[in-house]
Amino acid sequence: MTFADKTAAQMQELIHTEQTTIAEVTKQAFDRIEALDPKVDAFLAMNKEQATQQAEEMDKVPFAERGPLFGLPIGVKDNIVTEGLETTASSRILEGFNPIYNATVVEKLKAAGMITVGKLNMDEFAMGSSNENSYYKKTKNPWNLETVPGGSSGGSAAAVAAGEVPFTLGSDTGGSIRQPASFCGVVGMKPTYGRVSRFGLIAFASSLDQIGPVTRTVKDNALLLEAISGHDERDSTSADIEVPNFAEALTGDIQGLRIGVPKEYFAEGVGEAAKQAVRDALQVLEEKGATWEEISLPHSKYALATYYLLASSEASSNLSRFDGIRYGYRTQKAGSLLEFYMNTRSEGFGDEVKRRIMLGTYALSSGYYDAYYKKAQKVRTLIKQDFDKAFEEYDVIIGPTTPTPAFKIGEIIDDPLTMYANDILTIPVNLAGVPAISVPCGFENGLPLGLQIIGKYFDEETVYRVADVFEQATDFHKKTPQTWEGAAQ
Amino acid sequence: MAKMTKEEVIEVAHLARLAITDEEAVHFADQLEAITNAMELLNELDTENVEPTTHVLEMVNVLREDKSVPGLDRELVLKNVKEHEAGQVKVPTILE
Repeated sequence: MTFADKTAAQMQELIHTEQTTIAEVTKQAFDRIEALDPKVDAFLAMNKEQATQQAEEMDKVPFAERGPLFGLPIGVKDNIVTEGLETTASSRILEGFNPIYNATVVEKLKAAGMITVGKLNMDEFAMGSSNENSYYKKTKNPWNLETVPGGSSGGSAAAVAAGEVPFTLGSDTGGSIRQPASFCGVVGMKPTYGRVSRFGLIAFASSLDQIGPVTRTVKDNALLLEAISGHDERDSTSADIEVPNFAEALTGDIQGLRIGVPKEYFAEGVGEAAKQAVRDALQVLEEKGATWEEISLPHSKYALATYYLLASSEASSNLSRFDGIRYGYRTQKAGSLLEFYMNTRSEGFGDEVKRRIMLGTYALSSGYYDAYYKKAQKVRTLIKQDFDKAFEEYDVIIGPTTPTPAFKIGEIIDDPLTMYANDILTIPVNLAGVPAISVPCGFENGLPLGLQIIGKYFDEETVYRVADVFEQATDFHKKTPQTWEGAAQ
Repeated sequence: MAKMTKEEVIEVAHLARLAITDEEAVHFADQLEAITNAMELLNELDTENVEPTTHVLEMVNVLREDKSVPGLDRELVLKNVKEHEAGQVKVPTILE
């Protein structure tokens, strides 16, 4: 029996009817990772010994005391700190770093009874759209091992697509959950800014970063988001707002739903296949009782520039903490303290991280602050207002997640601007702070395409409801990549 | 169109505490120039009367109760320090 194609509910059914145990489910996750990961390269540090022990203990807990995610395996993106389990954010500067506490989300996973099997590869400090910026390895897209899985949560999306684990956590600053979810044909949610605590998330751009779930189905995604959400006094930007039962929002009823479809998301540069897949999806939703109209988010084309100025500025400040003194990589070549800092950082950071630190430092430096940083903050207001206005009339906004499917490894790594353009349809969402999901909605040349559903502030329920109706009416989520068949059963 | 020179890149790198070679500075100058030029697109917009957004949610500052709590255990704090001695972090000479 394989668990790789099972939902949380199906696995619980097997466990509760004693057809399997948590220990067996855990063992199979590790077997599958050991069989597939030499090809997929999604995982970094593994937690095998502790997870195996934890699973045996959990099998002793009475069924009545278990929640819907109890005993199920999960992988965690490597920018989320895990006590006693190496956490590097895929950077050399954190090689060997062993956190002394857990991120709030990791504590919440434990409280839900989930078993952390290991850490997932990513672009260094979440800066990138292809996972090629990891210091350690290049994760491959399970649908075609010559293509990228997307980024920065590429390991999180690839591990779910390959069936290595049914659940992972990612983080999304400008599309880093949704873009890889789209490329790998899985479900990825960026919650409303403030929905999930960022305590223990290694900061990239603090006003944009959010942790979110990656899964194969919408329902499992809703279950996992509920488990990790909630106010946290250790994150002053986490919202003090009640966490709904997201899975209960999946009523299957979208009668009368009003959908806005921004014409800017169908502009030049967006591939014909991606556009057609969204048009087909709109027809599916129309048949289920929704209506849609073309709308305009007029400031969309300014989002990319706004984002790179703001995110890089925040990053240049956040990453100043990496100095080699208290933790992480230390240079061996330093006469003075200044040389120590400069050499440690130059040897410890990769090129993309250096590029963004320098861009941010430049944008924040005197003489340029008003022209770049403050200007971008003002344009951010205009972008946010576009969404506020659209949501006065529409319940959700729908478009493609990415302009194209996954590209080849090495194809655009030396061209930062082309690489940045990957996130052109996901970035406005982070600038506004609203929630958005990517669900599989088609294929181009055998590679998955994603449908992006954007919701109002703290209205993940409607986003999930629409995503679930679409998923139930289509079978894209049931398609599996080539590695699936070749996997050890 | 702003021109980014090698010298400017070296200055910015110094501010960011990054050591870079001349060769790297030339390479980064080209890339950063292309990126900052793309950012100039924002100048099309009149933002004279627009308030900047630093944060998307309506939030007020959060203060905790002013109460002393024990800090982290010294052994834990030193766990990830590469070089330490007698409970202290070792760094290169800071004064001649």
